[in-house]
Amino acid sequence: MKRNLILATAVAAGLCAGGAQAERGSDGQLNIIYWQAASILNPYLSSGTKDIESASMVIEPLARYNETGEMVPLLVDEIPTVDNGGVSEDLKTITWKLSDGITWSDGSPLTAADVAFTAEYCLHPEGGCQQSSNFTDVESVEAVDDQTVKITFGVAKPFPYGPFVGSQVPILQKAQFENCMGAKAPECTDANFGPIGTGPFTVTDFKANDVISLAANDKYRDPAKPAFANVIFKGGGDAASAARSVLETGEFDYAWNLQIEPEVLAQMAQAGKGTVVSAFGTSVERLMVNMTNPDPALGDKRATVEGGAHPFLTDSAVRQALSLAIDRQTLVDVGYGDAGQVTCNVLPAPAAYASTANDSCKTQDIEAAKKLLDDAGWAPGSDGVREKDGVRLSILYQTSTNSVRQATQAIIKQWWAEIGVETELRNIDAAVFFGGDQSSPDTFQKFFADIEMYTNNFDGTDPEKYMANWICDEIPSPANQWLGSNMPRYCNADYDALVAEMGKTAKLEDRAALAKKMNDMLIQEGAMIPLIHRGGVAAHANTLQGVLMNEWDSELWNIADWKRAE
Amino acid sequence: MLHYTLRRLLFAIPTLLVISFLIFAILDLAPNDPTGNLPMTITPEVREKIRISLGLGEPFPIRYMKWLQQFFVNEPLNIIEQTFGVTIGDSENRLRVTSWATRSPVVDLIVERTPQTLWVVGMSTLLGILIAVPIGVISAYRQYSIFDQIGTFISMIGFSVPTFFTGLVLIVIFSVTLGWLPSIYDTTHRVTDLPSFWFQVKQMLMPVMVLALFNAAQLSRFMRAAMLDNLSQDYVRTARAKGMKESRVLLHVLRNSLIPVVTVIALGIPQIFGGAIITEQIFRVNGLGQLLIVGIQGADIPLVQTLTFIFAVLIVLFNLIADIIYGMLDPRIRYE
Repeated sequence: MKRNLILATAVAAGLCAGGAQAERGSDGQLNIIYWQAASILNPYLSSGTKDIESASMVIEPLARYNETGEMVPLLVDEIPTVDNGGVSEDLKTITWKLSDGITWSDGSPLTAADVAFTAEYCLHPEGGCQQSSNFTDVESVEAVDDQTVKITFGVAKPFPYGPFVGSQVPILQKAQFENCMGAKAPECTDANFGPIGTGPFTVTDFKANDVISLAANDKYRDPAKPAFANVIFKGGGDAASAARSVLETGEFDYAWNLQIEPEVLAQMAQAGKGTVVSAFGTSVERLMVNMTNPDPALGDKRATVEGGAHPFLTDSAVRQALSLAIDRQTLVDVGYGDAGQVTCNVLPAPAAYASTANDSCKTQDIEAAKKLLDDAGWAPGSDGVREKDGVRLSILYQTSTNSVRQATQAIIKQWWAEIGVETELRNIDAAVFFGGDQSSPDTFQKFFADIEMYTNNFDGTDPEKYMANWICDEIPSPANQWLGSNMPRYCNADYDALVAEMGKTAKLEDRAALAKKMNDMLIQEGAMIPLIHRGGVAAHANTLQGVLMNEWDSELWNIADWKRAE
Repeated sequence: MLHYTLRRLLFAIPTLLVISFLIFAILDLAPNDPTGNLPMTITPEVREKIRISLGLGEPFPIRYMKWLQQFFVNEPLNIIEQTFGVTIGDSENRLRVTSWATRSPVVDLIVERTPQTLWVVGMSTLLGILIAVPIGVISAYRQYSIFDQIGTFISMIGFSVPTFFTGLVLIVIFSVTLGWLPSIYDTTHRVTDLPSFWFQVKQMLMPVMVLALFNAAQLSRFMRAAMLDNLSQDYVRTARAKGMKESRVLLHVLRNSLIPVVTVIALGIPQIFGGAIITEQIFRVNGLGQLLIVGIQGADIPLVQTLTFIFAVLIVLFNLIADIIYGMLDPRIRYE
């Protein structure tokens, strides 16, 4: 009885606390700083992150990604799948059902016609829509009734969540943008600067490239949210001073994209006014291992499959030893801080797709690496560099010019020297390295080196296209103008079969299992050596609650839930 | 004088046309691309469509003629319409100079930005003059005195320490350590009463001081040099010999010494409109200077073209004004 009383009191207290907070606009003003200022609030006319994220407070897509990369419904009750009948068996149509009672901030109801209109707006040939890749293969988008919208694709789409999922493809109000189609799109300045939305805030004043003032949307579907009455979204300046304004002076509550030296950020955080937070998407800094011979003597056949296999990197003992000799945590501490994590996978996220089969790489083991090489018959020569049958373990290691990358190169060179591998370092200007110029011998596609290092990632959460980068047909060669994406020149029929299977698999769990299998294959066969899982860094004031950093969608995705700590 | 002014104004027209062509050509030849900053996941085909939608598909001479028409005909017509509330011709479909990043008329952006730039940079120029003229005069009059030495020392510091450094030092002292002043300028702030006026003073204090120190350092050196030149002139000795009061003597010297200083000030006024790019960035004043930088970074060619051209017009105009003021300060200077 007594226990019940205590429980009841606790529950009542909890309810009261909840009740006190659950009031729209009770927490005053929220100050956000993005060191790149927003230029426009229409994501279809700008794919700058600053513009998409600022617009995400106002206009919303049908569904979005949460902080773990899972899709969550926003303007609908459930995500259509093959199982619930929302996606057709032939994978060519998807039918979304809007939730009941959602209204625009002007009070008019959100209908399927708005959704269909948004597709029409982006697909207009003269509009220069920057999100059109999200509408790839879309044949038609039709409003079946007021709350049902059906998207038809020209081909089978096992992952039909391109249109209207994620902040970059929000729903525009038909009534507002009706006269802004195609070539007229840029002329609708008022609409582009102040879109009417379904989101938690509405624009009260927009100063392009400077500041946005927003107020709580009083038509927002959850009557208790948002907790803040106003938002100021300030832009301009640089990352370091944005960090300072949150962490040291406390003038702002949230600062975005703080890619500054780890020790500078740590020092600012010591002032105790704010917290540094980070989140991780799919970016991985990795070493690509050249499976073909980059010997200049081969002339035109250099670094191609025709030129033959690499003299020593095709030996799996060598590749494993190279990976084992690296202490990834040190690399993180030196160059990345909160913006990096140790990883052993090329596909490190979303969580459902991340394999744990390769985690042994997380700890450095110089002795084991040496033993591997000894056992494989690579004996140290007179100068300490290992050799076998006249082949010396001498590596040319290239990357783009960037201070963090050069530091990483120098540290790795030292570890490799410890296991008897000689390394020559090279760095190439990023514009040349990633530029893809046919006439340049220094591009990352030509890969005229033994090892190269860079970061790659993919958009959204579905890795199908990304994992297809390493099929045999993607090997760069003079025949395809070096335009392939399979830099290691990895070729395995089993891998190609897995990629083909994924193109036919619709069930998310099965797709995840396939993706993991492909990742493990790439890593265990040593086609690439993953180093660091790179993420985004932000800072928020200690008085701000509810921030859930998200690399899969807008960082402001859950701003409706943010509130001021007592 | 009127004749001279008119002649100079007429002569300015071809000069400005050449300038506008040069700016346009240089920006066009520059290796930047408005789609260059887009994420790697956007395909080359989409990029091409975006370029065409921005009007980049047309050849250079046509784009230049279009800009000329938009800037010299459409924009003035638009201003007349807005001022007098009339409609001239087909104003609905008249194309204005439009920014590529914001897709809004460039002139509207400039109008929005001008107040904060004029307030902050203009105030600092004014303050700089008010500080520099007395310091220059006293330093010259009491050459090599303690006051002159200190003045020289301070102006050397103001001259040689860049504003991004002084700005940062002030922020660290007054915002981070003491917490007295905001480090970020609030452009949405409106002065309505005494407390809000006080806030405006507080947020303007640091950027204005940083710029005023720099301006004053420069001007006080000019003022001192010009005063020293004149103090050793015969007319000064004559005036003193006649027993004229020292303050009268100084007044004459000051007037004659102002000629080079006026040139520096007049030619510096277009820079007020240009904003102090770095200082605006540090304190996030987000005026014209920041607008120009954002435009350059984003390859927003119409914005950069229009802004730089307006600066060019101002420079030509203030050159003329400086010449006219000479005539007023020194009656011997006559233009025929």
